[in-house]
Amino acid sequence: MLRWLPENVSTYGGDIDSIIGFIYYVTLAWFVVTIGALALFLILYRRREGRRAAYITGEKLSEAAWILIPALIVLLLDLWIDFRGADAWAKVKLRVPPADLRVQVTAKQFNWEIVYPGPDGQFGTPDDLQIDNELHVSVNKVVRIALRSKDVIHSFFLPNLRLKQDIIPGREIHAWFQATKPGVYEMPCSELCGFGHSGMLGHLTVHSAEEYQQWVREHWPSEEKTSTQSLAKGDNHR
Amino acid sequence: MKTHAATQAISGIPPGKIAVWWFLASEVMLFGGLIGTYILARLGSAGWSAEAAHLSAPMAAINTFVLLTSSMTMVMAFAAVEKGDDRGLRTFLLLTILLGLAFLGIKAYEYSSHIMAGFTPSTGSFWSFYYTMTGLHALHVLAGIMINLILFLMARGRLVNGHRVELAGLYWHFVDVVWIFLFPLLYLT
Amino acid sequence: MTDSATGVAASAHATQVHHGEISFWRTYIFSTDHKMIAKQYLFLGLFMALVGGFLAYVMRWQLAFPDTAVPGFGFVGPETYNVLVTMHGTTMVFFVAMPILLGAFGNFLIPLMIGARDMAFPRLNMLSFWTLAVGSLILLSSFFVPGGAASAGWTGYPPLSARPIYTGVTWGLNLWLLAHAIEFASFLMGGVNFLTTAITMRAPGMTFFRLPLVIWQQLTAAILFLLSVGPLIAATVMLLMDRIAGTSFFVPSGGGDPLLWQHLFWFFGHPEVYVVLLPAVGFVAEVLPVFSRKPLFGYRWIIYSTITAGILSFMVWAHHMFLSGLDPRLAMPFSLTTILISVPFAILVFAMIATLWGGSIQFATPMLYALGFVAMFIVGGLTGIFNGSAPANIQVHATYFVVGHFHYTLLSGIFFGGFAGIYFWFPKMFGRMMNERLGKIHFWLTLIFFNATFFPMHLVGLGGMMRRIANPLQYEFLQSLQPINVFITISAIGLALSQLVFLLNVGWSLVAGRKAERNPWQATTLEWATPSPPPHGNFDALPVVYRGPYEYSSPEASEDWLPQDRLLVARSG
Repeated sequence: MLRWLPENVSTYGGDIDSIIGFIYYVTLAWFVVTIGALALFLILYRRREGRRAAYITGEKLSEAAWILIPALIVLLLDLWIDFRGADAWAKVKLRVPPADLRVQVTAKQFNWEIVYPGPDGQFGTPDDLQIDNELHVSVNKVVRIALRSKDVIHSFFLPNLRLKQDIIPGREIHAWFQATKPGVYEMPCSELCGFGHSGMLGHLTVHSAEEYQQWVREHWPSEEKTSTQSLAKGDNHR
Repeated sequence: MKTHAATQAISGIPPGKIAVWWFLASEVMLFGGLIGTYILARLGSAGWSAEAAHLSAPMAAINTFVLLTSSMTMVMAFAAVEKGDDRGLRTFLLLTILLGLAFLGIKAYEYSSHIMAGFTPSTGSFWSFYYTMTGLHALHVLAGIMINLILFLMARGRLVNGHRVELAGLYWHFVDVVWIFLFPLLYLT
Repeated sequence: MTDSATGVAASAHATQVHHGEISFWRTYIFSTDHKMIAKQYLFLGLFMALVGGFLAYVMRWQLAFPDTAVPGFGFVGPETYNVLVTMHGTTMVFFVAMPILLGAFGNFLIPLMIGARDMAFPRLNMLSFWTLAVGSLILLSSFFVPGGAASAGWTGYPPLSARPIYTGVTWGLNLWLLAHAIEFASFLMGGVNFLTTAITMRAPGMTFFRLPLVIWQQLTAAILFLLSVGPLIAATVMLLMDRIAGTSFFVPSGGGDPLLWQHLFWFFGHPEVYVVLLPAVGFVAEVLPVFSRKPLFGYRWIIYSTITAGILSFMVWAHHMFLSGLDPRLAMPFSLTTILISVPFAILVFAMIATLWGGSIQFATPMLYALGFVAMFIVGGLTGIFNGSAPANIQVHATYFVVGHFHYTLLSGIFFGGFAGIYFWFPKMFGRMMNERLGKIHFWLTLIFFNATFFPMHLVGLGGMMRRIANPLQYEFLQSLQPINVFITISAIGLALSQLVFLLNVGWSLVAGRKAERNPWQATTLEWATPSPPPHGNFDALPVVYRGPYEYSSPEASEDWLPQDRLLVARSG
């Protein structure tokens, strides 16, 4: 079942996938046990001439134990899933690493308006550049995204990065990722946002380090080489 | 006149009362949801007391007194019917209705003076909540007045028993209690 | 076949209400008889199911063969697709599932199974049905107004739903909100009626812990609805104000907060799914003992679990909002409560399986459906764990994985549980037996096509296919999944066509089915002590109850069933 997941190119993707895998094995085990018991009982206890059903009510604790003890096991496995999950969640949402690259993504019916701060690393300066629907980053760099919406709720979804974040108008919500492999990955909207929701799509291009420098040079041609290098390394503005 | 259900009540509490209490439980969730939302929204934003200052606390205080008095007249209507005092029943029901109408009248005057001063539901968040909460409450007051009116008209034909007046009273008191929450939350803070 | 108790007769009042000649209108249209009202709810719900099912058919065709003309409908543009998805969900949850599972079955069963002649408030009952009928009409009318019907999802998230300019829908969404408000009023009336009836009108000897489990489930569902719908009514009023009075409760540009709607909606939304599920659990809990000839295992444990699940259902709502922009620290508490809810449901499932243990199982159609419910609900419940774990939720939220999950949990209820109920109580309701062969064919077709339709949704969901998109081919990463979408669509059409077998069975049985005796299943609960169908007033003499509802293969009787109302005479020696 897990091979259905899209290719994972995210540093924390492994943690998320391993939670999904853990849950999959636990639930598969329960499925086998319960459906197996169900099937077994249907075969063993189908009506036969001369045999009367047993009068078992489950009132006695010795009988009820047969459902209460498995329920306890369910509880313990659930708690285990939750505690492992808490770790993965904290890694993604709470323990945010310092950013190497920053980007603003503003969702609007039906586009991603992506603003790059430019070589100075600051937003709101003349070297900011807006490119709609195209997110370019460098591999192995922590990318921090400031998500905003101009109209309705959208949702920023990068399947290959195991990243999904609803965007609520009136707030700025942050998300981050670190891509591990160059490539072009799709970036759909995953919250119903109107008649153009279907097809609201951008692309994330993860460049190798050299290609990223090349891309920066192409888009900020008047800047000096040292500036572009500082852009690649990133100032750690907080 | 005993209802079908009343003859079979085995829990000791008449079915009508159980029904009304369950209904009121859902109404508590409705107004509780609205009021809770208002409180949270208010705590999270500044400037609402400035808006609330445009409301007339004295007028609302009068309205509070009006509604409380109407609850008292409702109780007296119930006492009257239990004593078999038909005239008393009709008198106190009528007073309850008139006080309810007075409440709505004062509310209507308030609304029109706000609107003429330029404060509509879309003026700001405080006003959105004010109109929605008091408007929904006013609709409930109107429903209560209609119920009491029906009882009043039926009382002339001696079709009303204490049970029905008590149930209508329960609803009316609830509507009053909601106002007791709305008044300080909207007017006094 | 049951001997009614010769014990103490109940009320001193006239027990059998004789009406003499009543007009057609009073009998069939404006009836106050709970059994007729139940049938009205059933037929209204089945009609709306045709509407909701048709919408799903059009949606699935568009998904499998994008931008081709849907046979019987035409081309589906993007606005239209959003309308389909919205109205399918709204119709099925509020105008099909609730009317059938609560309105029809609750109304039919409660008075009969507690030993009463009718509901506590028969005229309120009639009003509740007609209110729903008006609400259904308003919902249907919204298809025909300028601007079209609602298109913001059955969840109606603002600001998309709060300002007409975002959807282009004006009247349609206002009518949608109005239809909801009316539906809420209808079920509030019904819920109050159900609760009052069960509390005050039980026959002598029918203590709460002798009530059939289905009654407990109907009552819990009623309480959950009564206590959870208030905040949604508040939200509905606020959304309507945003749309027509220019307020900004949910619109940030005016100082509002879109998340407020989500909190209020889901505070209701989660208890609501149990409102829909629990009655079906009840039907299955009735059917399993009858066709295993064994008591329901762990009756009290099931009741405690149901109540626990009901209470917990008020504490989990934000698991629909893990990724909504809510403070991330809230995810863990809500993950915890969500995962805890699986414990009472696990007890429920284990108890149902344990009911079969040592039984003498007959595979009649109602039993096949009851068993089908258990299996399908297990799948649905297990996939819920993926959704309830916050980090896993990141990948599956708003994908078809969720769609697969809730169709397994909800449809195990309404399809498998619902059909178990219909096949089981049809003889009592209509006085005719249904055709057993057609029933079995219907079951197997439904089981196969149901799984073929909804299981693959988990796979495409894991693959990343988002909800509410009209054309998967617009996305390169979804193109390899398209054959599965086609497979799902064909299976869905198969599922729909399989229901023709059911409709044929119903139609044929109503006119030519074998006449049903009082107790064709040899069951112990009180409804089987009445004629099939029961007359107005239900019982000749009100029954007296001596024992619980699941005394099958009891050592106290030589037959393998012991009715609730049979007085056992002590044997000498």
